[in-house]
Amino acid sequence: MHLTALMDCLGSTSCAVTQVSTGLIIGMLLFLVASGLSLIFGVLGVINFAHGAFYMLGAYFAMSAYRATDNFFLAMLAGAIGVAVVGIVFERTIMSRVYGCNLLMQLLVCYAVILILDDGVKIVFGSEYQMMGMPEFFVGAPIEIGGGFIPGYYLFMLGVSAVAGLALWFGINKTRLGKIVRALAINPQMVASLGINTTVLYAAIFGVGSLLAGVAGGLAAPIRSLTPGMGLSILIESFIVTVIGGMGSIPGAFIAALLIGFTRAFGAIGFPLFVDGTMFALMAIVLVVKPNGLLGTRVAT
Amino acid sequence: MSKTSKPIGRRAFVAGSAIGGAAAITGFPHIAGAQAKTIRVGMPTILSGRVAILGTSSRIAVRLAFKQINDAGGIAGRTLELIDRDTQGRPDEAAKVTRDLINNDGCELIIDGEASSGAFAVHEVIRALPVLCLHTNSETSSLSADPKMLIKTAFRCARQGIHDAVAGGSYAAAQSKAKGLKRWMTCSPDYAYGRDNTAEFMQFAQKFDPSIELIDQVWPKLFAPDYTESITKALQVKPQAMYSALWGGDLVAFIEQSNLYRLFGNTAFFGAGLGDPPVLTAIKQLPPGLNTAYRYNRNYPNKPSNTAFAEAFNPLAGYDPTNWAWQNYTAAQFIIEALKRTGGKTDGIALANEIRGMKLASPMAVAETIEMRASDQTIIGYPISWGRTVPKAPWVQDFAPFDWGTVLELEADWKKEKGYV
Repeated sequence: MHLTALMDCLGSTSCAVTQVSTGLIIGMLLFLVASGLSLIFGVLGVINFAHGAFYMLGAYFAMSAYRATDNFFLAMLAGAIGVAVVGIVFERTIMSRVYGCNLLMQLLVCYAVILILDDGVKIVFGSEYQMMGMPEFFVGAPIEIGGGFIPGYYLFMLGVSAVAGLALWFGINKTRLGKIVRALAINPQMVASLGINTTVLYAAIFGVGSLLAGVAGGLAAPIRSLTPGMGLSILIESFIVTVIGGMGSIPGAFIAALLIGFTRAFGAIGFPLFVDGTMFALMAIVLVVKPNGLLGTRVAT
Repeated sequence: MSKTSKPIGRRAFVAGSAIGGAAAITGFPHIAGAQAKTIRVGMPTILSGRVAILGTSSRIAVRLAFKQINDAGGIAGRTLELIDRDTQGRPDEAAKVTRDLINNDGCELIIDGEASSGAFAVHEVIRALPVLCLHTNSETSSLSADPKMLIKTAFRCARQGIHDAVAGGSYAAAQSKAKGLKRWMTCSPDYAYGRDNTAEFMQFAQKFDPSIELIDQVWPKLFAPDYTESITKALQVKPQAMYSALWGGDLVAFIEQSNLYRLFGNTAFFGAGLGDPPVLTAIKQLPPGLNTAYRYNRNYPNKPSNTAFAEAFNPLAGYDPTNWAWQNYTAAQFIIEALKRTGGKTDGIALANEIRGMKLASPMAVAETIEMRASDQTIIGYPISWGRTVPKAPWVQDFAPFDWGTVLELEADWKKEKGYV
């Protein structure tokens, strides 16, 4: 434990700014993935264990588009849209067949899809790690704020994550479609009896959830090495986030993702050998004190 | 009158079945037949997952060496064939695959292309099935330095951690004295290799320059996707130099993410795994002046045979040789030379007797030959230099040669400390 170093950091503007930004960077990317997972669970009541594989696909789609077009923004779009399409196809052809089945069946189906997607990526892109790269304008010197440093690309990443999170919140809470989606989560039979095509809605929700994973994958591609199976580690962290935040709660996922981000950022200074342990301890405490998570209202069965 | 064969009796059938069943269960060594035309060489290695390049570049190198000798007419009328199997980096799978290669696939020799964890498992299989085995990718010193590990037919044809630690520590100390790099930090993967390698490097760096101070250490997980927290910690600690045992895709991600913070503007970087050409070329913005241990470079050792090796390897792989590639190519050359001396006979003990102490004229030799040292059955005389990165090919230059005599002297002291001699 380096508590003195942690206190020194909190007392220094430059250190606090750098570490807060680090927490935001880690947390917001995690939020993007976890919010998609939460959205799908909240409305459809299924846990998409293949969500990490979708994140991986987003990264590979973005890299391919960037190599083909040399256009970074087109690459980001390709990552997001490409994965949304894959998500919709996955929901219509596979996942919809296990709605209402027990958790084990859903887990097995998703695990099979993870293996297929990982091997598919290996066949198409090879098993070696790859890097996407980024445009020159992101490679400049980091921006100095209060003596701390934040790289330009991370500011862009934070911006995109924040916009995506806000759009999701606005769409669900402030639009007519959002009302229908919320109603669908509570009483799908009633929504169907009003003449609304719930099958299309389910597919669309799954697509949006997958799109969020695709956005996260695309944003991560320029700074992380791409390998088949890269979705596993973020899937585990996303589950921690959704459990802490509350299954199905997007605001909960936001709070939990930031908690994890700040734990990692400041933990590296104060208790570097117990950062992972702290994340799991946090999850255990939340499960004991509030079994439904910080803002959750329902639990997975 | 023709003879009719005697029908198989019940007892004979039961006895035959029992013997057949026992053979199937225990796995009798494959009987290849005296002097089969093709000599099959088995290779357990990692061909999938994040370190697949270790296995893929290894097998390409061995196939290249075998093709060259086969095209030249083979050895005593026999040709060489490589049979490779994916172990996914799992030690249990490595042991099983090795047994299968020998017992069922008819492999008469083994080139063990496993990383350290699997190499120890393969080593124990060879203890029981004493065919000739060359470990080609394990850098863990104890595999050959610990006398308890000695097996007559098992050799290491790979760089060794202690050799790199001595050379790296000396290079770091020289840089420290010249540039005043006294405050050091380390950032290495949190597993056995990362911790051992880092400890040995810092031990020798401080031995050569006692004024070096280790001010902090961070241990990101192996295969961690994000290093931001380690990088921003380094920004707070402000070390003058950083040592890292990160490698492969992890190192590429670390360098790219560090670039965003301009970490290397104020901190001199020393990397154990940066010198592999696929790593160097995967980094989109390779900063100049990073210090790296030698892994492979087509310009060093500066010999036509080394360039020829790179020229032959690159079209097959799509990239320049890796550290694992040259080690496997060299292992194949040791095997070829030993087979020439035995007239194509593959008896493990006979081949081992030829390889033990063999001095091989190699493109990778710092002087004229790489020697398979007889005392601990491991190679010496390979490149252990450090160089500095440049943003374009050849990616690393200014290799500082290091005297092997000093390495051997300090290695002997280290063995005494460890109780190995």
